[in-house]
Amino acid sequence: MSDVVLKLVDAALEAGEAELFAVAKLEILRGEVLCIVGPNGAGKSSLLRVLGMLEPPTRGRLLLDGSEVSKGNLVKQRRRVATVFQEPLLYDTTVYENVAAGLKYRRVPRRDIPGRVETALDLLGVGHLAGQRARSLSGGEAQRVSVARALVLEPEVFLLDEPLGGLDPEAARKLLEDLRHLLHERKITTVFVSHDRSEALAIADRVAVMMSGKLVQLGPVQEVFARPVTPEAASFVGVETVLSGRVAASQGGSSVVEIDGVEVVASGKGEGDVFVCIRPEDVTLTRADEDIHSSARNTFKGTVESVVPLGPHYRVELDCGFPLVCFVTKQAVEELEIAPGSTVGAMFKATAVHLLPR
Amino acid sequence: MDAIIAGFKQAIVLLIHGDPQVIEITLLSLRVSVTAVLVSMLLGMPLGTVLALTRFPGRNLVISAVNAGMGVPPVVAGLAVFLVLARSGPLGDFQLIYTPAAMIVAQVVIATPIVAGLSMAAVQQLPPKLRLQTLGLGASRLQMVWRLLMEARLPLLAAIMAGFGGVISEIGAVLMVGGNILNQTRVLTTATVQMTRMGQLDMAIALSVILMALIFAVNLVLTWVQQRSGSQ
Repeated sequence: MSDVVLKLVDAALEAGEAELFAVAKLEILRGEVLCIVGPNGAGKSSLLRVLGMLEPPTRGRLLLDGSEVSKGNLVKQRRRVATVFQEPLLYDTTVYENVAAGLKYRRVPRRDIPGRVETALDLLGVGHLAGQRARSLSGGEAQRVSVARALVLEPEVFLLDEPLGGLDPEAARKLLEDLRHLLHERKITTVFVSHDRSEALAIADRVAVMMSGKLVQLGPVQEVFARPVTPEAASFVGVETVLSGRVAASQGGSSVVEIDGVEVVASGKGEGDVFVCIRPEDVTLTRADEDIHSSARNTFKGTVESVVPLGPHYRVELDCGFPLVCFVTKQAVEELEIAPGSTVGAMFKATAVHLLPR
Repeated sequence: MDAIIAGFKQAIVLLIHGDPQVIEITLLSLRVSVTAVLVSMLLGMPLGTVLALTRFPGRNLVISAVNAGMGVPPVVAGLAVFLVLARSGPLGDFQLIYTPAAMIVAQVVIATPIVAGLSMAAVQQLPPKLRLQTLGLGASRLQMVWRLLMEARLPLLAAIMAGFGGVISEIGAVLMVGGNILNQTRVLTTATVQMTRMGQLDMAIALSVILMALIFAVNLVLTWVQQRSGSQ
């Protein structure tokens, strides 16, 4: 049995003149959770519709376990996958009947249905709702039923299109946590579309970054987040500082990059014009007059341009001769008296600097 | 005023005693209109569903035709059917003119656009992604259409009610193609006109009361079905 379950080759989907996506190759590996992330309008949902065999690609081929999906075998092949959308889209009947629907479409023997429905509902923690009308459920409960309705089918590939997008933060957090356990424990091959990178970090084995209809990067989640391949991808995966620079010297496994007359040391070799990427959580702030001995190769003094509270932390923008963004706690803001106009020290390691060819 | 009161009294007597002529007219009315609505459902619901779910060249033209059909005056529909079914018309050889079959055809022509137009609206008001979701759960095309119709069952029943209301109370078309022949094609509406013209107000009132009661009863049943399935 091949490790590739679902494969898309040289595929594109067009709507009139517009190309919604174009993908040279995308392989979904058996047992993995692949997260497709990207901003709204990047073509993620269109791609998922094609992977779910809900829409044929304008060109290209889709292969399930090596056999090509065609008009002749469409329903048979589609029944090997299952799709869940952002809206629960439950039928106007009971929760039980909703979850039984896909089994009935597949003509599963009647005697097998109650047991399977019960197991699926229990897996999602909504077994007690079986007899209720689907329309009477809360958003979180409804989406759990929607997930159970797909998982009861034991799909070879489970496709989710922003399943947490319509939920309140608490319900979304709980469902994400349950999905993470469920998908990994049962090794369910999953494609999870999201515009929220934190969901990808929480759930994905591999991440595909999609921008303007193209897959710009695909790899293990840590690699994609640490080493984005384009400035746009960097920005999307949470790299807040992306600067244009030029490699002035490169030796001994590190490079010196000049940015607007200021030198920054980066680990790794680079040459010519580059983008310099620094994640905000990799920057440490100190008092301006503090003399700290550390292994960080980059230390600067900077003027605070802005301090913006962002939930659990603050986003601080500095002018160090180049703009630099970092995240700090409320406690740090108070202790270091960080305010617009104040001067602080900023430091980050050479390994925190990621260079992209420009 | 006395004549009206006397008419009502006499109507009650006719209803209570089950006047054979009244019963015959009532049953024919029901047979013609119920058959016409059933045929309209068979034609109109699939048409409305196809219009709601598919895109094809000329779709807007068909939708416009259906919408216009919903507003066609029954006499115009009656005239069209008359021209087709008349002895000298293209289907004259079937000798359907002035038979209940002709009346059914005319009522189908009136009710089908109503059922089709309202069915289209019923399916279109469902969430657009419900179709994809149903396919995404493994439904075949036919299973998907059936599921969408089930989801739209409340407005679809309303479409049937509108279709039935449109034909049972209609007079122009059935008069033109049926001819209001006693014991053959006389229905509640045409008989009411006839009796009023002849001065038999008691009979006219009795027939009107039955017509109203029929419309009420059929809608009562459909409403019961609709509300029952809505609150299940």
